[in-house]
Amino acid sequence: MPELTYREAVRDALSRALREDETVFLMGEDIAEMGGSMAVTQGLLDEFGPKRIRNTPISEMAIVGSGIGAAIQGMRPVVEIMYEDFLTLSMEQLVNQAAKHRTMSGGQVKVPLTIRTQGGAGWSPGAQHAQQLESWFVHVPGLKVVFASTPEDVRGLLWSAIYDDNPVVFFEHRTLYPLKGEVPDELEPIPLGKARVHREGTDVTVVATGRLVHDALTAAEQAEKDGISVEVVDPRTLLPLDEETIVASVKKTNRCVTAHEAVVRGGFGAELAAVIQHAAFDWLDAPIERVGSKFAPLPFAPVMEQYVIPQVEDVLAAIRRTVARA
Amino acid sequence: MTTVEEKAGSGGGRVSKEGLRGFFREMLLIRRFEEKVEERFRAGELPGFLHVAIGQEAVASGVCAALEREDVIASTHRAHGHSIAKGTPIERIMAELYGKVEGCSHGYGGSMHLYDVEVGNLGANAVVAGGIPGIVGAALAFQMRGEQRVAVAFFGDGATNAGTFHESMNLAQLWKVPAIFVLENNGWAESTPAKQHLPLPVDELGKRALAYGMKLIEADGQDVEAVYLAALAAREHALSGSGPVLLHLRTYRLVGHYVGDPQVYRDKEEIKKTKATKDPIELLRARLELDEDELASLDAEVMAEVEASVEFAKAGTDPKPEDALANVYAPARKMDRGGLHA
Ligand SMILES: Cc1ncc(C[n+]2csc(CCOP(=O)(O)OP(=O)(O)O)c2C)c(N)n1
Ligand SMILES: [Mg+2]
Repeated sequence: MPELTYREAVRDALSRALREDETVFLMGEDIAEMGGSMAVTQGLLDEFGPKRIRNTPISEMAIVGSGIGAAIQGMRPVVEIMYEDFLTLSMEQLVNQAAKHRTMSGGQVKVPLTIRTQGGAGWSPGAQHAQQLESWFVHVPGLKVVFASTPEDVRGLLWSAIYDDNPVVFFEHRTLYPLKGEVPDELEPIPLGKARVHREGTDVTVVATGRLVHDALTAAEQAEKDGISVEVVDPRTLLPLDEETIVASVKKTNRCVTAHEAVVRGGFGAELAAVIQHAAFDWLDAPIERVGSKFAPLPFAPVMEQYVIPQVEDVLAAIRRTVARA
Repeated sequence: MTTVEEKAGSGGGRVSKEGLRGFFREMLLIRRFEEKVEERFRAGELPGFLHVAIGQEAVASGVCAALEREDVIASTHRAHGHSIAKGTPIERIMAELYGKVEGCSHGYGGSMHLYDVEVGNLGANAVVAGGIPGIVGAALAFQMRGEQRVAVAFFGDGATNAGTFHESMNLAQLWKVPAIFVLENNGWAESTPAKQHLPLPVDELGKRALAYGMKLIEADGQDVEAVYLAALAAREHALSGSGPVLLHLRTYRLVGHYVGDPQVYRDKEEIKKTKATKDPIELLRARLELDEDELASLDAEVMAEVEASVEFAKAGTDPKPEDALANVYAPARKMDRGGLHA
């Protein structure tokens, strides 16, 4: 099996789709000559030309909005919003248009649009370049939401997002781009709505997304030294959610920790906790613990930034709290 | 910061030689400050994400010299020059870049969020065009209270493609608020050249004012005197009650978009040629006929200030981790049915 970085894996899914399918094209800021601010689309201009690898003005509303229009007309646009902080500028088109055309038209139209974006803290950009806003979109019926954490997943899920007939908001985590991992020779589409069990365990389930999947795996290894057996599950798709896999895991371990980099309050962990307590109330031996950022805009100074965002130790401490409640 | 009087001199609104020397010194200070920032970033001392405005110093200097202390500005991701020219001491900016409590945003902001409300810097924005509407509102507040103050938004050519920009221009003109929209047109939006993001020739970008019936004033952004005089005229117009101004300044980015940008998208010859012909500091030096000795002693003076700012910053106080939560909300106020008590 070849090894790809997370960045290369995204690029691989994009190039294969572009190669196979004339209706696929990319739009976004600085994606052409520069290859994107995260170097994800590097080389694509050379292979596919400026008609299909389109640099746009700084117009996030129009980038998403024109993607919607083209999608309805039978194209499969993949648009890039450079930082997820700037998704806020395209909210109207995403929330009121992309998500609703299907229903408002009584099923006449479909919007096969993929909106790729990235974010994540830990590099001191300050408050407007590292937010994690994925949970906002989980609140919007009509959208699908993906957050991939490994090279294999990001490639297979992006493929499925591109070929899904609905608008998909596709989150990548900035700190994962250099991460290497094995991927199958042939691109295996990964169905949206299917969680991945990264590690089996019997004492507590950590349901983690994005960077926190890796922190959870590290925390699990450390917990193991103390004789705590941790299962780590990555939902991968937040909407639709694979409730079955997650609930089954918690019914087995009887304890649960949710973990994401986004702030805890109103974060995706709240939704997970609600789903789990309802479906597995009688199985729970401890309150569900939620790990995430503290409730503050990200401050610049590294010591303050690190204090706000969750670390491996926070996951480990949460694991310990759940097992302490025997 | 040199004052308007010092720079303006007398005689038909043209700037005296002394005034120009004041500009020269400030522009050199901004240049050396930013070169030092690049150097310290490369040395791994500065965290975060940095954009310098090397080549655009005349815009910051010329515009801010035309403003009064009580006038306010909103800056962009390329904020160091604006902040220095509006009057924040460089050691407080350097301390911010080092994430120190003594920094102008107390370590919370960083390079893209320099604030200094006392000198009228309402903050730099990392969201392109993000600061523009707030400037319309600031100008509205001045207008409503009958204050003789202007509010000034700095932004680039790339920002004129944001809906935020267009909505702000329209509203400002509709209500004739005393705002100045300073279009710092360097012909690039990150890696995207004007011809890929503007449907009109780059030099004609000022035409966007016409769509809103807004007064347009244009000047060569590499000529600090021209910028200064244009900004004075813009301020006068904005305060006259006839509405805001789009101040279009053509300028040049002599370096990468961000510190460390290899500029793979840019023709190497073009960079070389632009550096050789458009450097506003070189242009002013030639005009002032500063000889090597004069230049060297001025440079030494400025460098000493810059070095001192680094020393100040390094000796600064690190915030406590838990301070992260200290500034999320303003403190609660006492209230009763009668209204607010201070
Ligand atoms: C809303 C938004 N979209 C994209 C970006 C990323 N970005 C930062 S600066 C920049 C280019 C800005 O160009 P311009 O307004 O001309 O300013 P300049 O950098 O040339 O000074 C881009 C695309 C951003 N910060 N905010
Ligand atoms: Mg520009």
